[in-house]
Amino acid sequence: MIGATSFSPLLLAAGAGADSFLERLPLVIRDTVAGVFPAPLQWLVGSTLSIVAIVAIFGGIFAGLTLVERKMLGRIQNRPGPNRTGPMGLLQPIADGIKALTKEDIVPRSADHLLHYLAPVALLAFSILTFAVIPFGRNLVPLELDAAVLYFFAAGAASELAIFMAGWASRNKFSLLAAMRALAQLISYELPLLLSFVPIIMLAGTLSMTGIIDAQAGWQLGFIPRWYIFTPWGFAAFVIFLIAALAESNRSPFDLPEAESELIAGHLTEYSGFKYALFFMAEYFGMIALSGMAITLFLGGWRAPLPFLEFIPSYAWFGAKLLVLLLFFIWIRGTFPRLRIDQLTRLAWKFLVPLALVNLGTAAFWSLTSGWSGALQLVRWALTIAMVIGPFVLLGRGLSGTHRPRTYRYA
Amino acid sequence: MAVKIVERKPLTLAERTYIPQIVGALKTTWKHLVKSKETMEYPEQRPAIPPRYRGVPTLVKDPNGREKCVSCQLCEFVCPPKAIRITPGEIPPGAPTGHVEKAPQAFEIDMLRCIYCGMCEEVCPEEAIVLQNQYSMSGYSRSEMVNHKDRLYELGGTLPDSHLKWDKKKSAEDHGNAH
Repeated sequence: MIGATSFSPLLLAAGAGADSFLERLPLVIRDTVAGVFPAPLQWLVGSTLSIVAIVAIFGGIFAGLTLVERKMLGRIQNRPGPNRTGPMGLLQPIADGIKALTKEDIVPRSADHLLHYLAPVALLAFSILTFAVIPFGRNLVPLELDAAVLYFFAAGAASELAIFMAGWASRNKFSLLAAMRALAQLISYELPLLLSFVPIIMLAGTLSMTGIIDAQAGWQLGFIPRWYIFTPWGFAAFVIFLIAALAESNRSPFDLPEAESELIAGHLTEYSGFKYALFFMAEYFGMIALSGMAITLFLGGWRAPLPFLEFIPSYAWFGAKLLVLLLFFIWIRGTFPRLRIDQLTRLAWKFLVPLALVNLGTAAFWSLTSGWSGALQLVRWALTIAMVIGPFVLLGRGLSGTHRPRTYRYA
Repeated sequence: MAVKIVERKPLTLAERTYIPQIVGALKTTWKHLVKSKETMEYPEQRPAIPPRYRGVPTLVKDPNGREKCVSCQLCEFVCPPKAIRITPGEIPPGAPTGHVEKAPQAFEIDMLRCIYCGMCEEVCPEEAIVLQNQYSMSGYSRSEMVNHKDRLYELGGTLPDSHLKWDKKKSAEDHGNAH
């Protein structure tokens, strides 16, 4: 992958394992392969290798994740999950892939053929684009951008366009309804998603992913990592981010666009075969990318959680954190029932957005009081925690409504 | 009667934050996640069939290998969905079981009609038709789903009963006290 050609010396000095062989291995492989080609072509080969690696690795993760998700949901329901294809059902993704490829591709006669064809491709393209800026490990940033965070969410927000494209082009009432819903939901949750990490940009003082990870380097008390999740405002922002990310990636309990009891399969109703698989893939890619973003912003990116674990390569840490987050998403999917559309938008506008805005102030307070020490440090923690919990309780009270006598309206 | 008014408690603060409920829900699913699975891997594992299970109706033979059915047709007449069809036939007098007089020439049970009620078994005076453990009947055509006599005996096997009624009757006849 295209490493940060100008990584700071601070980065190298940060960890003991910073220069170990395993740490450099992906870069060494890339440079060796690229070195075979003449010098003018090397950048092209290097980039192509990064793209191939990303598509292959995340394609593999997607395939594995479909199986893991079905297995885990099965276990939550006391079933074994798929276990017929291959040992323990391990070949199930391959069987699914063959099935999706060989299935008939049906396009409704009255559909807008071009848009109908374009929607899954666009969705997949947009979701793959977001992988370009995620730091998968030390020096493993495919594209080092100064405004990487902006780029990520710009590319991610474009997926709404593709979903509406799919709903509109299908010429099916369920598809269109679902697309409208998806639009309402995605735009609603785009806001808390963006607001939740603004404090981080404020405190880190940079929009670059590498810069944000650098800002989370070091240890408190010698063993607690300085990740943003370990601050009161960071934790609150992380929770808001997770909820919004769930909604953004159309995952249960926010999977309203494809609420099958109401909308058949939502915008996927008129899709079959490989196009359906593309939608599925894009959805998982979106989830993986948002998890990667959560790791970068809140969980210290590729950094090890404990000082003595730094010998393990950084990309392994990134992978481990990614796996934990994805499993957590699956766990949530197996647990919570779907929200109603009014509850969904109300949660976003009346709760998450104000909370995220208040959190901005909390983070500002945290940043201003960074000089406090000793007993004042405790005061700082207590005040910040109160600034997180107070608005949460107050807003939650407003959300659940006051106790007035129930009124019944008869249709 | 005393009227008890149940107090409607307002939700507590913790309940209104939903957090205990969310955590409780996650705990519940976690418990199921680590629990052993309940699924039976069907073709490999088979369910334990309880005694007196009513499976596919079959015809049985007695320990001497004689077919027990004497084609009285009671089962045919009692069968609610009319799944049984018997063509009675005579046993030639010279045969070793000639004293029984009758046996089915053809015996058909249409498993597409059978409702597994077990009335044929109950009504049979000879204990010749028995609903056994076989629970899975399948075929590629309607005609395959009709069990003929050979198949019924193949499914049924031998009923290990020791009161050989017809043999006793024959030996009594031989000794001159037929009634």
